[in-house]
Amino acid sequence: MSSFFVEEAEPARSVVRAVDVWKSYEQGAIRVLNGVNFEAVAGQTVALCGPSGCGKSTLLHLLGGLDTPTAGSIYVHDVKLEPGRSTLQLLRHQMGFVFQLHHLIPGLTLEENCMIPAVAAGTARDAARARMLQLTERTGIVHRLKQPIQKLSGGERQRTALCRALMNRPSILLADEPTGSLDESTSRQIFELLLELVETEQITLVMATHDRGLAERCHRLVEMRDGRVVDARAPEAEVTQGVQ
Amino acid sequence: MIFLKLILTNLSRHRVRTGISIAGIAFSVAAMLTVVTILQGAVAMFSGLLSDNSQIVVFEKDVSDLFFSSVPNSAVQQIRSWSMVDHANPVLFGVVSSTDHPIITCFGVTAQDARLNSAKWVAGRRADFGAVKDGVILGQRAADFLKAKLGEPVAIGYEKFPVIGIVKLKNGFEDGGVFMPLPLAQQFFHKEGSSSVITVKLKNRGDAAVFKQMVAQKFPTLIALRNQEFDHSYSQFKILKATAWAVGICGLLLGGLGVANTMIMSVFTRIRELAILRVNGFSNGQIAGMIFGESGIVSLIGAVAGLMIGGVVIVGLKMIPALHGYIDSHLQPWVMIAVVVLALLTGVAGALYPAMYAMRVRAVEALRFE
Ligand SMILES: Nc1ncnc2c1ncn2[C@@H]1O[C@H](COP(=O)(O)OP(=O)(O)OP(=O)(O)O)[C@@H](O)[C@H]1O
Ligand SMILES: [Mg+2]
Repeated sequence: MSSFFVEEAEPARSVVRAVDVWKSYEQGAIRVLNGVNFEAVAGQTVALCGPSGCGKSTLLHLLGGLDTPTAGSIYVHDVKLEPGRSTLQLLRHQMGFVFQLHHLIPGLTLEENCMIPAVAAGTARDAARARMLQLTERTGIVHRLKQPIQKLSGGERQRTALCRALMNRPSILLADEPTGSLDESTSRQIFELLLELVETEQITLVMATHDRGLAERCHRLVEMRDGRVVDARAPEAEVTQGVQ
Repeated sequence: MIFLKLILTNLSRHRVRTGISIAGIAFSVAAMLTVVTILQGAVAMFSGLLSDNSQIVVFEKDVSDLFFSSVPNSAVQQIRSWSMVDHANPVLFGVVSSTDHPIITCFGVTAQDARLNSAKWVAGRRADFGAVKDGVILGQRAADFLKAKLGEPVAIGYEKFPVIGIVKLKNGFEDGGVFMPLPLAQQFFHKEGSSSVITVKLKNRGDAAVFKQMVAQKFPTLIALRNQEFDHSYSQFKILKATAWAVGICGLLLGGLGVANTMIMSVFTRIRELAILRVNGFSNGQIAGMIFGESGIVSLIGAVAGLMIGGVVIVGLKMIPALHGYIDSHLQPWVMIAVVVLALLTGVAGALYPAMYAMRVRAVEALRFE
């Protein structure tokens, strides 16, 4: 029975894909990515690992449309990203970002920081607020909504950043060492929370990390070195496992 | 709401800087308002001198200043004889200075001059003017600063004249002036047989065009203008008004540089924040809107503060005895609106470059800075 279902299931949808992507700086003098092929499918969690400077952050930026490749193409939901065009809609509705540093806006409260993407997208106030309450509830910071972010702990700040990233219900969460600046136990807690959220919301996660322990918890682990993907475990089998 | 708070948060993060640029706008607005109001007032007063109970002013063509205009007595006689004319009064303007008072305006007028009819007599009698040959009438303020009393002689220039009346006049120039019978003024200012202008009232307003034409035909050296035409064409007024606005606009330009400086600093010091807004879906328009919003608020607060400071300055100037009556503290709404609009435009202009810079911030690069 189960094998019947697996065979009949639709092939996993490609959510974000890099095809032979090159990135260099200063007229090619600095070559950062050298023909990267990468794909993440719906609902998948992918860890990007590799030594410092191998190009993880660069790849994340390209996948998110924050930067354009020197050569090669990025596809989001099978639509090719064109430089400059529709990046705004992509950022507003498809992508969520979490960085090592929380990058919250000082002077605004926790609540207001969460609402920023809704303000940008012009989401109706009530809907935005309901979403913000839902997320802060889930991340356990709902009792601190009115706090200015200067008064929050590191963990609370990163939870806030996570809520902000998920405000507009993105289909992809790009995380660049999201727990890199937190202590061991807070780091674990936040990562569990992150995994739980992307799973319930059916979000595809691509996360750059140095933490092997965290990487092992993802469906896939992609190893990079010198701007190339050197080892990627076949996603299909794992996704069906992971999702079921 | 949050958008507004973003703007306000930025302004309140650097309160001193914000305060300084608000002060810059406020002082330039105040300067502009003061200068423009005072000059507008002076112009209004001066044109009020001419328009008192008349519609048309006749003076010498192509003179830059009415003090240099010369209209012969014969012209007055002729114009008076025209049937369309209700009255035509010659006025001779002259200025004398004294040690305490740089400027005393003298008016050589005929006995029947309308402005003396509408004056409030503080001392003396209307009927005496012209009857006493060398007797002069003083505006009340002139009487105050010349410390003159009814019946006693008053020194004007190198001569002394008996005071036969003191009158309260609304117009600051008039109230600070000296009224002489026309022949006395002609003699005193060495302008025998002529006056500076003729102020004319027609029986029928509709005859103005015909009147002007007749003046042009009969007196090639003279020109007749309706009062409004005069206000718009008199070059002294134009110069004064242009100077006022030029001074004001220079002030605002400085204020605008202050805003530009503040906004540039404000953008440069939060590149990363702008990058984050960008990553979270802020469009170019929204980012620019934020910057323009900041400068707009600075300019608006500055403009309001400037209007208040300007108002206080004008009232203060008005209370200085030497300037008493010369300052028309009536703030014209259109001047206030123009000043505020200019201040806002300045703010927008000052934020142009910062906004463009902010829009060009690239998230990737900004986020790499630690
Ligand atoms: N704008 C730039 N100009 C020149 N070189 C750049 C630029 N941006 C990135 N690089 C270089 O690209 C390389 C890859 O950087 P990237 O941040 O992607 O590495 P990473 O794998 O994320 O490293 P880490 O684990 O330390 O975060 C680095 O050597 C970096 O110096
Ligand atoms: Mg990195």
